[in-house]
Amino acid sequence: MMTPTSEQELSECVSQAKGPIAIKGGGTRGVGVDGDVLNTSGLTGIDLYEPGALTVVVKAGTELSEIETTLAGERQRLAFEPMDYRGLLGLKGEPTIGGIVAGNISGPRRIQVGAARDFTLGVRFVDGQGTIVKNGGRVMKNVTGYDLVKLMSGSWGTLGVLSEVSLKVLPMPEAEATLCVHGLDMNDAVGAMAAALGSPYDVSGAAHLPNDDTGVTMIRVEGFTDSVSYRTAQLREALAKFGGEITVIENADDAWAAVRDVENFHGKDGDVWRISVKPSDGPAVVAAIDPLEAQFDWAGGLVWVRTEQGSDVRAKLSGISGHATLVRGTGQPRFQPETVGVAALSAGLRQRFDPRGILNARLMTA
Amino acid sequence: MEMPVPSQSVLARKSRVVERLQGVLPMDAVIHDEMETRAYECDALTAYRCPPMAAVLPTTTKEVSDVLRICHEEGVPVVPRGSGTSLAGGALPTADCVILGVARMNDVIETNYPDRYIRVQTGRTNLSVTGAVEEDGFFYAPDPSSQLACAIAGNIAMNSGGAHCLKYGVTTNNLMGVTMVLMTGEIVEIGGAHLDAGNLDLLGLICGSEGQLGVVTEATLRILHKPEGARPVLVGFDDNEVAGACVSDIIKAGVLPVAIEFMDALCIKTCEEFAQAGYPDCQALLIIEVEGSEAEIDDQLARIVKIANQHNPVEVRESKSAEESAAIWLGRKSAFGAMGQISDYMCLDGTIPVSELPMVLRRIGELSDQFGLPVGNVFHAGDGNMHPLILFDANKPGDLELCEEMGAEILKLCVDAGGCLTGEHGVGIEKRDLMTYQYAPADLEAQLAVKDVFDPHWLLNAAKVFPLAVSHDRRTEQIAAE
Repeated sequence: MMTPTSEQELSECVSQAKGPIAIKGGGTRGVGVDGDVLNTSGLTGIDLYEPGALTVVVKAGTELSEIETTLAGERQRLAFEPMDYRGLLGLKGEPTIGGIVAGNISGPRRIQVGAARDFTLGVRFVDGQGTIVKNGGRVMKNVTGYDLVKLMSGSWGTLGVLSEVSLKVLPMPEAEATLCVHGLDMNDAVGAMAAALGSPYDVSGAAHLPNDDTGVTMIRVEGFTDSVSYRTAQLREALAKFGGEITVIENADDAWAAVRDVENFHGKDGDVWRISVKPSDGPAVVAAIDPLEAQFDWAGGLVWVRTEQGSDVRAKLSGISGHATLVRGTGQPRFQPETVGVAALSAGLRQRFDPRGILNARLMTA
Repeated sequence: MEMPVPSQSVLARKSRVVERLQGVLPMDAVIHDEMETRAYECDALTAYRCPPMAAVLPTTTKEVSDVLRICHEEGVPVVPRGSGTSLAGGALPTADCVILGVARMNDVIETNYPDRYIRVQTGRTNLSVTGAVEEDGFFYAPDPSSQLACAIAGNIAMNSGGAHCLKYGVTTNNLMGVTMVLMTGEIVEIGGAHLDAGNLDLLGLICGSEGQLGVVTEATLRILHKPEGARPVLVGFDDNEVAGACVSDIIKAGVLPVAIEFMDALCIKTCEEFAQAGYPDCQALLIIEVEGSEAEIDDQLARIVKIANQHNPVEVRESKSAEESAAIWLGRKSAFGAMGQISDYMCLDGTIPVSELPMVLRRIGELSDQFGLPVGNVFHAGDGNMHPLILFDANKPGDLELCEEMGAEILKLCVDAGGCLTGEHGVGIEKRDLMTYQYAPADLEAQLAVKDVFDPHWLLNAAKVFPLAVSHDRRTEQIAAE
């Protein structure tokens, strides 16, 4: 196991590697690739935090909990609400910011404020040959050269090992409220969520948890106290036409964490797939797969399904645009295979950033 | 400004290239007469001009593909062009290039309100994207100042921002999918109406690549429901630094306005003379806009005014009506025109951490004295995106060069302060040679490698973004390969 304590040491670890490297942050994402383990736990610390500029610069191995605690001290947060995979995958360990950026890990608020990749302002990384590269910076607007920040976010370490990231943070809201619409079926739920998001009321979460044929549809608003009450009332009126009983809960953090982390699936057998489609296709996805269990986030655009082991979910989704990731299970490619033209571009990039193919080898291509 | 020497062998083949292009496009879509190609000799960086060998105006992705395939086979450089509003020279031709203009590709392909997106051909102007959905209460959020004229294609190429991106983000945060044609003519689909990438995030890589990786012909864009209302407050200060501190305090307090605009004394005075907006006579002025229902706006403005009052403002003017809002915005929106009335100017767009605002403004003032050229500052303060306007006299020999030299010093200052060379205009040719100041050789090599993958022969807008010396070998290999 390699545990570099500086970017320079990280560079040496990679350049001198004789074979595949398995990059390990907190080990909470179930990456599971072969190779010498390269642990980022020696690359930690918050280098810079400017609450007035809404920016934080941290070493990649820094634990999420440390960052969240520091931000909370100034009543700020990582607004993209990164999902915690531990319960779903039955893993222990502490999530690190490097893993979150590398996996572009977001949560329910993604539909309002954007994904991890949208909040990542800059990266420093070591490519597959050990070269140290920086891109972006720590300012909100930056179009200086190509945006390798986006390319690195979501590349799961396969193009380079992150050593440092700078992130945009946002203020914590003064108040939060969640409307729960009870008893809607999938189609009405997606309709209600579309109505909520198609309103001017700045919805920050829209999820549907089925329960037999119907379920509970959750709509979240956040902001200043009076504004939250106002928008809650407006939404209640707008959603009345869908017919379900509507209740309002305040400070529903736990309920949203349960949505984010797909708690309904915890401790249950089977494969777990994460499917991104346009929201109105959500019900069609569930109908096509006929899973053991399903859940909608992102107004229907993020469909979580639990299926029998070894199901080829992608084969059932032909004709529906989007992508499916096998989050738990084996026997199918974990990431969505690319179309021929796009795959050629990706292969070209992989060849240039990691010509030996040693970083989290074949994680995204097999 | 140095540009590559045009390839004589390409110029010698002009008639054959034109004939082949005419074979795949309507006659009026191939412009090759030397008088007519002049229309494409520059973009909004008008100091530099060079008519292209030819210009083409396709109307479909298939036609774009045919044009690129032919140019690829013939080894002809291509410069893509949206509406030609780049301030960085992003669409500046070379004499041996074909300008590929997307201006005739302006259809709305699909509008979907339940899923909140619109799909358009990329020659469509930014404002007309909103125009297509606003009757139904929706809008497209990125709002560059040139939004009446600028095309979505150029917005994607430069990852354009605007005054309201403090809340809504820039183009890359609102772009969901593209159809893109590679230099070989191959058509690829990336992203779509769903969120995020299922594999590598090529969409994020393409956005902001200044037309060097491919030509985007169609785009799926996120649309949002319009807020119920919006109103600004104007706050005047007798000191730049105090205004900067006020911005920081507002952000720290958890209020997130949609826009925080800053103007300094020279801009205030010039705009006031030009537009008679009734601005106070002061050193610095902030326009802070918030959105929501009437009550929500009142609440947020009250919080902002409370913070502003702790900084001894010389004036606080809260808008109470649409008319008052228009009056507050009038001066700011006419700033560039007003400055243009009194002088030629060069507009920079370096970005800095908001905390460095006071220091950077002070240093810009010192540079202004040192170079003897006045500077007006008008910019998006909430996100640190500066717009120093350096005034010069285009008719005075040496003044443009002096202005460029001073501009370079200001941009280096932005980098030194922890910022970057360009926040929303792009590198183009204008800031090309400063790239080595912001990036180490290995950082640039990683970017060059991306271009190698998408455009191995370096035919697409190749003289931009990277210093010519840095891209030299790659570009000349292409010529040698002819």
